Amino acid sequence: MNLNELYTELILEHSQSGHNRKHLDHANCSERGHNPSCGDDITLELICDEEGTIKDASFTGSGCAISQASTSIMIDLIKGKSKEEAEKLADIFISMIKKEITDDEELEVLEDAIVFKNISNMPPRVKCAVLSWHTLKEALKNKEKS
Amino acid sequence: MKGFNVEEIRKDFPTLMQKVNGKPLVYLDNAATTHKPISVLNAMQDYYEKFNANPNRGAHFLGVSATELYENARERVRQFINAKSAREIIFTRNATESLNLIAYSYGMKFIDEGDEIVVLISEHHSNIVPWQKIAHMKKAILKYIYLNHEYRLDMEEVQTKITDRTKIVSLAQMSNVLGTIFPVKEIAEYAHSKGAIAIVDGAQSVPHMKVDVQDLNTDFLVFSGHKMLGPMGIGVLYGKKELLEKMPPFLMGGDMIEYVEEQTTTFAELPRKFEAGTPNVEGAVGLKAAIDYIEEIGFENINEQEMELTAYALERLREMPHVKIYGPIDLKDRGGVITFSLEGCHPHDVSTIVDTCGVALRAGHHCAQPLMKYLKAPATSRISFYFYNTKEEVDIFIDSLKRVRKWLGYES
Repeated sequence: MNLNELYTELILEHSQSGHNRKHLDHANCSERGHNPSCGDDITLELICDEEGTIKDASFTGSGCAISQASTSIMIDLIKGKSKEEAEKLADIFISMIKKEITDDEELEVLEDAIVFKNISNMPPRVKCAVLSWHTLKEALKNKEKS
Repeated sequence: MKGFNVEEIRKDFPTLMQKVNGKPLVYLDNAATTHKPISVLNAMQDYYEKFNANPNRGAHFLGVSATELYENARERVRQFINAKSAREIIFTRNATESLNLIAYSYGMKFIDEGDEIVVLISEHHSNIVPWQKIAHMKKAILKYIYLNHEYRLDMEEVQTKITDRTKIVSLAQMSNVLGTIFPVKEIAEYAHSKGAIAIVDGAQSVPHMKVDVQDLNTDFLVFSGHKMLGPMGIGVLYGKKELLEKMPPFLMGGDMIEYVEEQTTTFAELPRKFEAGTPNVEGAVGLKAAIDYIEEIGFENINEQEMELTAYALERLREMPHVKIYGPIDLKDRGGVITFSLEGCHPHDVSTIVDTCGVALRAGHHCAQPLMKYLKAPATSRISFYFYNTKEEVDIFIDSLKRVRKWLGYES
């Protein structure tokens, strides 16, 4: 495995920059996700409007560079999208990691998040990459119920 | 060191001879599991090629041979830890199962409402979770002995926590996170003075030092075969005969019975009372071969090699900026386990990056979440030695560790 493919500039930038790492005062949806075995622990916060558009999103927590970058890149992607679109993107991301979708054209909608494609070749780090996306799906599902 | 040549010894371990990611394997995760010498692998293969039968039943040649091999292994374990009788040696799957056996059998029978069970804050989950369960079911109290700033025990704290209400004191002889070796003999003595029994988790100590159950005067000792060159799936529970005899069986089924009627059963004598079902003969045979190998090397040599590596690794780690060590710095009463953090770097990233240099270390909470919370360390990395490790491997590890912060985008 080549570390250059893993710790890319984009991933390092997102794992270290704090632009999505904050607490949202008026969040109306929040969900915690964690990987107990390695200690990644994030809380995702969303502000969804009446029409179901994600107006703002942020996260707090701690974890490895992969989990933190994946969360931050996901937040950039889903802001302004509808809940349905966000859920669809999460499904595509998870399918990419599971190697169910490999066609780059189909993956284009993931924008920067496509950078995690190679994680599928590193089984121990898969759960770091998918944590935030699973958390997003949980958050949207619970929002639906409430 | 008399007759100790690490390069020669390494040739006995096929797994250590391979390359990982194109680099020679540097295996520093021995507290998790150890590699197996050829003699252990051969003993197990030999068992299947020549014997393989269900022991304790059938009068045919193979059945008798399998029984003999299994019981020889039990006797070998008895000698190894100096138990009075082979009937005090129960084979289990691992130290975790041994602790569960004590908790569910002894704990469920002898723990009452308001009784206390005392453990150290540094225990592995296997020596916490079963006691939480028993405490919950019996309305008993689970208490923790905390460590001082040198990651060691103050007897004063021990004497505050162990009281007349304490029924069980259970502790690891060596911490799998800190490397601290605790004074289990003194603690067992104090527990006895308060009318409590003492349980020693030897998973980390038995592979590395002579453990004599009569000298420690512990009531129980548990350990795993795979952390001492043996196969996975075989573990040991030692218990004083008078206690084991008072305890009800833990698992029910074949092999552990005497007479079975439609509604009632009488149970077999020790040790079979606690060994329901077809036993792991292959594992017992492998464990015996592992004990033979360890005693051939000798604990004196093992200790000398491990302490040299530990001293050297501690020195090199302490020279490095951004490294924080969790565990005693002095070598007294300390084993070859070093847990550390690298500032700004999550241990999972550390592990992935050093892995590309062939270095295997452990990242995470090391199955000791309460300790990590107590130390305010969310997750750390750990290296752990066995006698087959070398100083060159420590150097490769340090060099690989120096690369980590750069890969994660730090200037230095």
